[in-house]
Amino acid sequence: MNSVTKRFGGLVAVNRVSFEVRRGEILGMIGPNGAGKTTVFNMITGIYRPDEGSIRLEGRELVGLRPHDITALGIARTFQTIRLFPNLTVMENVMAGQFCRTRAGVWDAIVRSRRHRQEERAILEEAERQLAFMGLSHLAEELARNLPYGLQRRLEIARALATRPKLLVLDEPAGGLNDQETRELMDSVVRIRDSGVTVFLIEHDMTVVMGICERIIVLDNGEKIAEGTPREIQAHPRVIEAYLGKEEEESHG
Amino acid sequence: MLRVPPKFWAGLVIAVALVYPWVVNDYWVDVMNFCGIYMLLGLSLNIIVGYAGLFNLGHAAFYAVGAYTTAILSTRFGVSTLVLLPVAALAAAAFAYAISRPIIHLRGDYLCVVTIGFGEIVRIALINNPGGLTGGVNGIIGIPRPSLGPLAIRTVDGYYYFILALVVLSVWAMRRLEASRIGRAWTCIREDETAAEAMGIDTASLKLLAFVLGAAGAGIAGNVYASKMTLIAPESFNFWESCVMFSIVVLGGAGSIPGVIVASLGMAALPELFREFARARLLVFGLAMVLMMIFRPQGLWPSTHWRRQVEREREPGVTPTPAVGSPSR
Repeated sequence: MNSVTKRFGGLVAVNRVSFEVRRGEILGMIGPNGAGKTTVFNMITGIYRPDEGSIRLEGRELVGLRPHDITALGIARTFQTIRLFPNLTVMENVMAGQFCRTRAGVWDAIVRSRRHRQEERAILEEAERQLAFMGLSHLAEELARNLPYGLQRRLEIARALATRPKLLVLDEPAGGLNDQETRELMDSVVRIRDSGVTVFLIEHDMTVVMGICERIIVLDNGEKIAEGTPREIQAHPRVIEAYLGKEEEESHG
Repeated sequence: MLRVPPKFWAGLVIAVALVYPWVVNDYWVDVMNFCGIYMLLGLSLNIIVGYAGLFNLGHAAFYAVGAYTTAILSTRFGVSTLVLLPVAALAAAAFAYAISRPIIHLRGDYLCVVTIGFGEIVRIALINNPGGLTGGVNGIIGIPRPSLGPLAIRTVDGYYYFILALVVLSVWAMRRLEASRIGRAWTCIREDETAAEAMGIDTASLKLLAFVLGAAGAGIAGNVYASKMTLIAPESFNFWESCVMFSIVVLGGAGSIPGVIVASLGMAALPELFREFARARLLVFGLAMVLMMIFRPQGLWPSTHWRRQVEREREPGVTPTPAVGSPSR
């Protein structure tokens, strides 16, 4: 991401932010509420278009592409508020991720061509693999909306993984999780990275951020104010000021 | 319910359908022919409204393109209407592609209004008789019956089996489409379009595909209608017709093939069975719609998807979503 700016009307949500995500790392992005973190994510995944700057994946420009193109190129995401397909089963949700990796068309579907049959098998196998990876196999036929919150978060990750991404972008994956679930999440993220997927996440929960992120980027008021290892960030004066400053504002009303 | 596999019921229905013309007189066979054309229209609209979840109140426009393409090419160039069956489908599909591409990004309610618009535009364009092709208000007469060499469809019974074959073929093709990655993608779009897009589903192309396929089906229905009636006029393709088609899909259960079949039967056959109510047809129709929407919005024979949605809404604290259209919009 290079010198990216996003304005909403008169408000500059993101101002000339630049950073890179390195292959195979777990990168975290933190910052007070309203710092522009989700806006950055939305620009990476194509939901918003930056007003200035460029975003490149392995040299390929992403600005101007539709979200599904970006997913096909290898960036998958989860949402801050979970966006599963509520009336579909766990299995059907995960299978959806394989759409961009298959090609069978209308004709293939109607005549049940070899391509259709092979791809259906592959889709099922991939979905089963991701369910097993995230520990959801026993719930495959359950409706997504019936799952408890923690498992819904896991399902959303499984679905994103089914798109076989190079980069997995997680928007507050620990939101609403208890301690046990948070530990399981951290463990999952490390396993995901170890399986060859780069992870970039937004989080407010410092246990998660300091626990698994190798590098951290800090945003405040739409600007990048710090970048470095967890140790460096913890001691960074501007970061402390940003968080403490906000606390002071809030407590003084 | 009985523990009989669905294939048995399907087989039974087809068996009954096959012997039907032998046990009733021509009048009732013709009623079913009329019904069958509505089934084709309902099934094709089901792809757009039921599978992709798009509001379409202008389906009669595609019906008209199929009918008029058939009429013009057969009366002016002597092409057999049977040969024109795929041509009509293609013409309607191409037309749908052209007009849907610019509007595919519109949100549910706006899309609805635009479809009403293009339905009317087509009807009025036909009346205006561009290039002397469409015969204006009076339409086109003398459309030949379908024939190809020795094979010809001229009798009521002949049409019955022709339409039955088309309906069975449509149902078969649609079932396969439902159970494919494309059918699943449409379902995802209906559930949450933004999430679907984020998961790599090309929502715009798939919505367009629904329009094109639905139009092709309507074009086929138009071809059959044209050769059966041997004359067509713009008034057969008005907004009321689009409403009837839309109602068949919604009353039957959007997305449900058996629902559409049952609703078509009801829509076309019931007025015949209750002749006394013929004049009050519109009133009864309106009343039926209102009652259905209040007491059974998921339709007569809801699809699995709708059944799950209704169960979800029965849980306390969930606000109901509309019968069609993507809830996330």
